[in-house]
Amino acid sequence: MRLLLGSLFALIVAATVGLGATYFALTRGATFGPLTIGSWTAWPKTGTIEANPYAKASTARIGRLPTALGDGVAFTASADDEGRPLDGRCDVVLSGVTPAARFWTLTLYSPDGELVANSVNRFGFSSQEIVRRADGSFEIVVAPRANAGNWLPTGGVERYVLILRLYDTAVGVSTKAGREVPMPAVTVRSCP
Amino acid sequence: MIRWLLLALGGAVLGGIVHLATIMILPRTATQDAYSRLSRTIAVNTVTELPAPAPDAAPMPFMDPAFASAVCRYDLTQGPLKLSVPVSLAYTSVSFYTRYDVAYYAINDRAAGRRVIELELMTVDQHNQMPEDEDITAADRLIVESPTVTGLIAIRALAPEPGLMPLARRAIAAAKCVRAE
Repeated sequence: MRLLLGSLFALIVAATVGLGATYFALTRGATFGPLTIGSWTAWPKTGTIEANPYAKASTARIGRLPTALGDGVAFTASADDEGRPLDGRCDVVLSGVTPAARFWTLTLYSPDGELVANSVNRFGFSSQEIVRRADGSFEIVVAPRANAGNWLPTGGVERYVLILRLYDTAVGVSTKAGREVPMPAVTVRSCP
Repeated sequence: MIRWLLLALGGAVLGGIVHLATIMILPRTATQDAYSRLSRTIAVNTVTELPAPAPDAAPMPFMDPAFASAVCRYDLTQGPLKLSVPVSLAYTSVSFYTRYDVAYYAINDRAAGRRVIELELMTVDQHNQMPEDEDITAADRLIVESPTVTGLIAIRALAPEPGLMPLARRAIAAAKCVRAE
């Protein structure tokens, strides 16, 4: 009886620890080798044959095709520069420049990877659509209500993520520390 | 007390093994991964255009809405495949994924350096079986080796502004993925 109870206890501990760790690793995106610049994080290795088992499992769970490193590199931001989660009811400003790339696109998704419905059917910007200042820098306002300039609507959702994809770029292939790579700052301008 | 602590420790070690095993097995048992999702609706060894992602419906999550996309779900059991993709005006890329959605190769219009991206896809075995002289005369042929017999090729063309989407779609529509003779 003691043996039975003991093994049952050990098995319950094993299941809780094992499945809990798997769930945690896959939902919190805790995977190796991130390239973090400011609020932006990319996993360049995930787009290669050397993708680690965690990245593979996470890709399979989400059901997406990762951006191949020979194609480009995808940077995700889910929080502002002060670490607060991005809130679709606030006005958030992206400002600065992007690393060298032939093209880039910026897209707003729900945390599950769905596009967010809005009145103007705008889901993102490409590098050619953006209005820039004379020095080449730009400002994009991510907000629920219409704004002058580059406005990316949030549809008023509570949480969202931004993905900045650089296409045909050396970022991720050659950069290690990423210090020389400028990414746009993410700042909250106002919150209701 | 010691006995229970030891059991907890043993359980935790076993838990670590359970964790690693589930991580390793997950891609092979997933039913909602990109390959499984797409293989339910699209035919094999042919290019299928994907509908543009919309808020209420998308072929898969995290698709870039600025791109016109198509996929070729391949099966190399019968032999190698030939792929040709005419480049569009802005940016065209072709990415290769294994059966388990791992990207193993990608090429874009600039790297291809031509008006049409042309390449052959075969398994490592099929490449090894190719006659040597053919390999030499084919110096300018681009051969891609697939680590798995089945997989996905994602063909994508960028529309730098929404008005250019029809042009990008037209380029993608002319892409071909057929069995090599």
